[in-house]
Amino acid sequence: METGAVTDPAPAGAVTDRAPDAVTDPAEGEAVVDRAAEAVIDRVMPSTGGVIPKGRAGRAASASTASGRPVEPGPAVELAGVAKVFNAGRPDEVTALDGVDLTVGRGEFVSLIGPSGCGKSTLLRLVADLVPPTGGTVRVADRSARQARRDLAYGIAFQQAGLLDWRTVARNVELPLELRGLSRRDRQGKAREMLELVGLADFAGHYPDQLSGGMQQRVAIARALAVDPPLLLMDEPFGALDEMTRERLQDELLRICARKGTSALFVTHSIPEAVYLSDRVVVMSARPGRIVEIVGVELGERTEATRQSAAFFAGITRVREALRGTPARSAPPAGADQAAAGAPA
Amino acid sequence: MPTSGRGGWRGRGRVAAGTLGATLLGVLLWEGYKAVGDPDGTMLFGVRLLPRADDAAMPHVAEILGRFADPELAGGEPVGMVVLRAAAFTLRGVAVGFAVAVLVGALLAVLMQRFRVAERGLLPYVVLSQTVPLIALAPVIAGWGGQFSIGSRPWQPWMSVAVIATYLAFFPIAVGLLRGLQSPAPIAEELMRSYAAGWWRTLVKLRLPAARPYLFPALRLAGAAAVVGAVVGEISTGTRGGIGRLVVEYAREATTDPAKVYTALLGAALLGLVVAGAVGLAELLLSPRRRASTR
Ligand SMILES: Nc1ncnc2c1ncn2[C@@H]1O[C@H](COP(=O)(O)OP(=O)(O)OP(=O)(O)O)[C@@H](O)[C@H]1O
Ligand SMILES: [Mg+2]
Repeated sequence: METGAVTDPAPAGAVTDRAPDAVTDPAEGEAVVDRAAEAVIDRVMPSTGGVIPKGRAGRAASASTASGRPVEPGPAVELAGVAKVFNAGRPDEVTALDGVDLTVGRGEFVSLIGPSGCGKSTLLRLVADLVPPTGGTVRVADRSARQARRDLAYGIAFQQAGLLDWRTVARNVELPLELRGLSRRDRQGKAREMLELVGLADFAGHYPDQLSGGMQQRVAIARALAVDPPLLLMDEPFGALDEMTRERLQDELLRICARKGTSALFVTHSIPEAVYLSDRVVVMSARPGRIVEIVGVELGERTEATRQSAAFFAGITRVREALRGTPARSAPPAGADQAAAGAPA
Repeated sequence: MPTSGRGGWRGRGRVAAGTLGATLLGVLLWEGYKAVGDPDGTMLFGVRLLPRADDAAMPHVAEILGRFADPELAGGEPVGMVVLRAAAFTLRGVAVGFAVAVLVGALLAVLMQRFRVAERGLLPYVVLSQTVPLIALAPVIAGWGGQFSIGSRPWQPWMSVAVIATYLAFFPIAVGLLRGLQSPAPIAEELMRSYAAGWWRTLVKLRLPAARPYLFPALRLAGAAAVVGAVVGEISTGTRGGIGRLVVEYAREATTDPAKVYTALLGAALLGLVVAGAVGLAELLLSPRRRASTR
């Protein structure tokens, strides 16, 4: 398998250009998807030299074929003029979000990045219909957010693991499957598969309070992935993980999304992570939470080499500049901190 | 499951040893005080600080235990038999009262969890209910009961006793279980919401299991309250045949036969032990196989 950047079109000099969205040839993209999908099916553990397909065209194509359903036209997530004010009219009123317009295409991977308290989690909760917006409209897969939630149109992993501590690790992963009425055998099989994926197969019989924070977080990731949702909402899922596990799970996540045509809205504080994972990185500012800039990422297939590529570092630089260049004067220190913390050595 | 059962027997052995030790300690304290205490009690400025230690107020433990074997009066059955029969009679009221209390308490808790309005409307009355003096309430309940009949069977006095036991016992269950049902973290509730789980499935999958650690202490309190309610209920309604009646009867002979009162009191204590044992057994059976890890 070639490990080079097969479809990476960006020459070293051109990477700082604000490239539009992916321009991968659809046919070529699909072929890559199929190859990679087979590789994933063969072995669940990640390969280090594998090629992870990227680009909207390729993944959108696989979305329609993998699910077997007719292609639905609308985007995975559509936010128009969304605002969220907590405790309106009270002294502790907080404008968490204001005037947010964002579209996540089918099969697209979009990251949210911004200073702490800028409303990333709130945005995710709005999409998940866990809190109602105070303005604007939220649509998920051509439905209202409420209807989408009822149709089980997404899987969510919160900022905290949120495991039920009277259930074993395996039974925690089984919970959403249980609620969907899967048979015991199917549930156990799926839970085992997911726990292997996050490297916790040996801990299936343990209880959450016997695990470290990072392990708990991985269980929560396994739980979110277990239902094969068409849309993944993840809130800093890799925050508590060591660097190696984090990179491995990033690759796994991309593989899963590529194989199943999953769309993703992903919150992170790590600039490299956002750039590596995403088709687009949404940079936000705080108080009120607004979208400052949307940075398109054009890295083609993610390979071992991607993390060292000039295009990758260029992407990081662009996101960092967007974070630092936020108009609100309160934001830059936080953004600068994150940039410093997230920069690769 | 590899983590189940480990240390279970050792743990239970430790509990048994603890119980035995506590009983021994109680006996030692009793006899020790008898040995060193002033037979007329210790008075300070006319106030009795320590009780009398003479044989009339504090008979020897051996004497109390021996009294169980002797006949009640000059002839008749041994006291032990009488006490046991009375305890069994009272136990029926305790058991029925406790069972109804669990039902009523659980229903109230679920109702209050489900409807905020219910919580705001009901909780004050639930708390208020426990401030009504039982002595005043008992005759009222007995009087009401007299006008009821269950099918063709007329209302029995022990049923009034059971109602009084229920009245005392539902409170800890309602309050404890409500706290338990409300205990899941907001994030867990959001998770269930994200699964489009309705109220019932959230109750079954999340709230009830989360309430388990709150439930068993509440049941223990309720068990003790049911015993107290039944004994006091028997006394204040004048119901015959139970431990409550026996305590009153034997107390009249306290001057001539001091050990006898204590046999009736030990009978009441036995009731408490039986109820505590039943709750403990239920906990053992209903708890998931707990791992041995120490926390
Ligand atoms: N339930 C709530 N009630 C009141 N205010 C809230 C609530 N949830 C969030 N907020 C406020 O909304 C703002 C955005 O919060 P949010 O959790 O979305 O931030 P975030 O971007 O996820 O931050 P972090 O990166 O630290 O997780 C904060 O100022 C917070 O105080
Ligand atoms: Mg957050």
